[in-house]
Amino acid sequence: MATIDVTDQDFQEKVIDSDKTVIVDFWAVWCGPCRQVSPVLDELGEKYSDQVTVAKVNVDDNPGIAAQYGITSIPTVYVFKDGERVATSVGAKPLHVFEQEFADYLS
Amino acid sequence: MAENLTADVHDVVIIGSGPAGYTAAIYASRANLNPVLFTSSVEAGGELMNTTDVENYPGFPEGIMGPELMSHFEAQARRFGTDVQYEDVTDLDLTAEPKRITLANGTVHQARAVILATGSQYRELGLPGESALMGKGVSWCATCDGFFFRDQPLAVVGGGDSAMEEALFLTKFASKVYVIHRRDELRASKIMAERGLANEKIEFIWNSEVTAINGDAKVESVDLHNVVDDTTSTLDVNGVFIAIGSDPRTDLVQGQLDINEVDGTIVVQEPSTKTKISGVFAAGDVVDGKYRQAITAAGMGAKAAIDVEDYLV
Repeated sequence: MATIDVTDQDFQEKVIDSDKTVIVDFWAVWCGPCRQVSPVLDELGEKYSDQVTVAKVNVDDNPGIAAQYGITSIPTVYVFKDGERVATSVGAKPLHVFEQEFADYLS
Repeated sequence: MAENLTADVHDVVIIGSGPAGYTAAIYASRANLNPVLFTSSVEAGGELMNTTDVENYPGFPEGIMGPELMSHFEAQARRFGTDVQYEDVTDLDLTAEPKRITLANGTVHQARAVILATGSQYRELGLPGESALMGKGVSWCATCDGFFFRDQPLAVVGGGDSAMEEALFLTKFASKVYVIHRRDELRASKIMAERGLANEKIEFIWNSEVTAINGDAKVESVDLHNVVDDTTSTLDVNGVFIAIGSDPRTDLVQGQLDINEVDGTIVVQEPSTKTKISGVFAAGDVVDGKYRQAITAAGMGAKAAIDVEDYLV
């Protein structure tokens, strides 16, 4: 499945209540590394489409969720499984690094 | 696993996509060397991608945004036929003939010549709390993270141009920006230092080192040590932006090329860009312990491409 956009309004429905594991990318247009990592996460989502959904939260448009999780640095990438945040990765990283960090949720 | 070797031997592979890498690509492609340039996946464009206004790059009298400048570099390299690939190089065999370049996806490329333009990476303070609080108030990117600290006190560590740029950018958001510097004067260029010193939101804490970053779920304060009077203190801040310079990115060539013991750069046979291995050239911040400007990196990139042209004749 293609990458989805998530907002403050539908975060609960699309991430917390999701039956599938969701990888959430917090980003903004003014963040250079976010723009770099965005296609990497798209690729991750396509490669592991059976295991995970990749979701993007624009922190400019959706300050509520970012504030709720105390995000102070972007890109920040969370993994949610059964409504719980189970893994965190801060900063832009290549695909193979995300694959290592999130290995438990991609197999 | 069967080796995934590309069929062609390239004339030249360029590793890195800052001003040095792209300038080398522009020159090499105009010399019909059909360069392949590996940008890396997430650091494509290099250090200028995380800066705002670039005011000292000639040709742009009103200044230009760092990412825009780098997109111009890339477009110019592509215009003459550079094969730009957003891939990460994970292994290099420079002594092999032809030289072997292994990517993170397992593909192995071969090239008669290699230009190393891998730049530098941000230096860390190496303190307790630093990595644990990364993403929780410890940052290396003001343009990324300043937004999250509206009306909060922040610290910038460092005294060079990048520290001034970060501090000035952060004044747009923060209630107060403390610049913590271990000397009693700035290393920054005059114009950047004057801007920093004139800004009412910035307070300088001189002769001081950060000895700890404190906080549990997020940064709450930093411990300071004054190196002149040997006193210690604690400063309440919600964010710490580290701008203490960077180190040449040489991990791919450790054990293969000579590294300068003082500044960690790849040793080249100046005034050329030749390294000790025939057919291997290096340009930009990875060989430059002193100037480290976009324009000097670009200049070295041009030299490297011309050196490759001579080598391949």
